Amino acid sequence: MAEPKRSIVEIRDIFKSYHRENLAVPVLHDITFDIAEGEFLALMGPSGSGKTTLLNLLAGIDKADSGTIRVSGVDITALSETELAHWRANNVGFIFQFYNLIPVLKAVENVELPLHLTALSRRERREHAEMALRMVSLEHRMDHYPKEMSGGEQQRVAIARAIVTDPTILVADEPTGDLDRVSAEEILTMMERLNGEMGKTIVMVTHDPRAAKRAKVVRLLDKGYMNDAPAQNPL
Amino acid sequence: MLQLKILFRNAFHNKLRSGLTILGITVAVLAFGLLRTVIGAWYSGVEAASASRLVTRNAISIIFPLPIAYNEKIRQIEGVKLVSYGNWFGGIYIDEKNFFPNFCVEPRTYMAIYPEFVLSPPEKKAFFADRKGFVAGRKLAARFGWKIGDQVTLKGTIFPGNWDFVLRGVYRGRDQTVDETQFFFHWDYLNETMKKVSPRRADQVGFYMIAVARPDLAPDVALSVDRAFKNSLAETLTETEKAFNQGFIAMSGAIVTAIQMVSFVVILIIMAVVANTMAMTTRERIGDYAIMKTLGFGGGSIAVMIFGESLVISLTGCLIGMILTFPAARAFGQTLSTYFPVFIVSAETLWLDLLAALLIAFFAAIIPARHAIRVGIAEGLRRIG
Repeated sequence: MAEPKRSIVEIRDIFKSYHRENLAVPVLHDITFDIAEGEFLALMGPSGSGKTTLLNLLAGIDKADSGTIRVSGVDITALSETELAHWRANNVGFIFQFYNLIPVLKAVENVELPLHLTALSRRERREHAEMALRMVSLEHRMDHYPKEMSGGEQQRVAIARAIVTDPTILVADEPTGDLDRVSAEEILTMMERLNGEMGKTIVMVTHDPRAAKRAKVVRLLDKGYMNDAPAQNPL
Repeated sequence: MLQLKILFRNAFHNKLRSGLTILGITVAVLAFGLLRTVIGAWYSGVEAASASRLVTRNAISIIFPLPIAYNEKIRQIEGVKLVSYGNWFGGIYIDEKNFFPNFCVEPRTYMAIYPEFVLSPPEKKAFFADRKGFVAGRKLAARFGWKIGDQVTLKGTIFPGNWDFVLRGVYRGRDQTVDETQFFFHWDYLNETMKKVSPRRADQVGFYMIAVARPDLAPDVALSVDRAFKNSLAETLTETEKAFNQGFIAMSGAIVTAIQMVSFVVILIIMAVVANTMAMTTRERIGDYAIMKTLGFGGGSIAVMIFGESLVISLTGCLIGMILTFPAARAFGQTLSTYFPVFIVSAETLWLDLLAALLIAFFAAIIPARHAIRVGIAEGLRRIG
């Protein structure tokens, strides 16, 4: 019998609401679940179900009203803004729907960006960034600006940027949402490889059942509540 | 280093907007520089005044004369090194619009008291020897194309008649702050003519110039001079050359104040323009800043980029404006040399330009930077796409 993997993310009793004109709009209710190390989790649900909010909370870019989130044993809900920024820099890799590259930086400079918060030398930073771009097969696009690349290529640069710091978890918000089918397949294959070959824990928010199909585990959110998800991907 | 790269590239990312903003700053700095130079030109006489020179005039008003007999008495006062004298002549060359300052002076003592008027020894000798001779400043001679030996006629206004002179020398300023548009001739020529045509106006001078042995003696010498002529028919008022010149500027104080105010209003207006540009820029880049915050960059890094971008735009405009100020001031000075014989862009003006650019950059970026720092990452990311 295989030994159960340890939980890398522990989410307990999370409540989150947004405030609009003195009105609290609840977004997440009593969310509790774990994410195992090396998991490839897809969070699915209709628009407004709270998927992105939950992703933001466990990535440390938003704060819950109550509850705790522990990542690798660190309670990130207890961290200050500065501590959280430092924690994100060392532990989370981000992949967004619209790639979110800095338009005035070349591909290699975009990948290098998070390394500026590390103690690496200039040469080491460049070497790491070039290696990450080689991993996503974009070594020939290093000196190109985002506007000179296709959507798929830009998303691969974003993946390189996400993995260049060797983070604890990768979070992806609709990573294929802005791509054509071929590019989307490429990106998903790349994420599968990162999970399968490099053991990266990935949490992906998606609407797309084809994308969710690539994940090992799927969890469903509906109106801020999480359904008890099956252990394995039913898709 | 990468932040520096980002802020430089951001600054020129929207070329049209950045270009227009830089153009606005350039024009503002140019206007500010020229207005400050006008103010400087106004005060150039005061700045050029020597601390060891005193001016003695009639206590009632400058328009009333003093007897030439005072010359010897002043010379004997302790601390006086040299005394000269002269009159404002107020002559017109051909037409009233050809205005330039013209004085009759005692040439030897006057040139000794004013070493900043540099004449070659042969020219000086020729001027001293010819009672109808005159010397003109380099700019004045160039303006009318006068050459040594040329005869020039001035039409007297205070002293009626046509007065003929021969150019015996062209003086140069010891440095660029010296007025090179003046015209000096012999007081004796005027006095002898007055003795013939209007004897009551002879043997009188408009002012005495006194060189004191040391600048610290100036207050005591001034008091001694005025005390010497107390209760006489023509009491004197002696003051430093600086105070004397300042007295003239005080008459146009309101104009100077108005120019000063306009120069600062120009800076305030351009500050608002740059603030608007920075607000637009920051609003457009709120997503970029959210990404950087997501990656772990703090508010300080974001602020550095916004203030830096504002500084790059502001300083670029400022430097172009400063460079253009020199040819503009030269053209301006040539056109208005009658009113502003010394029109120099001072180092102080350039420092003020730089200070203004720094203030513009700083104040224009405060609100955009505050907004960019305070906006939540999630909210910033929502604005992308």
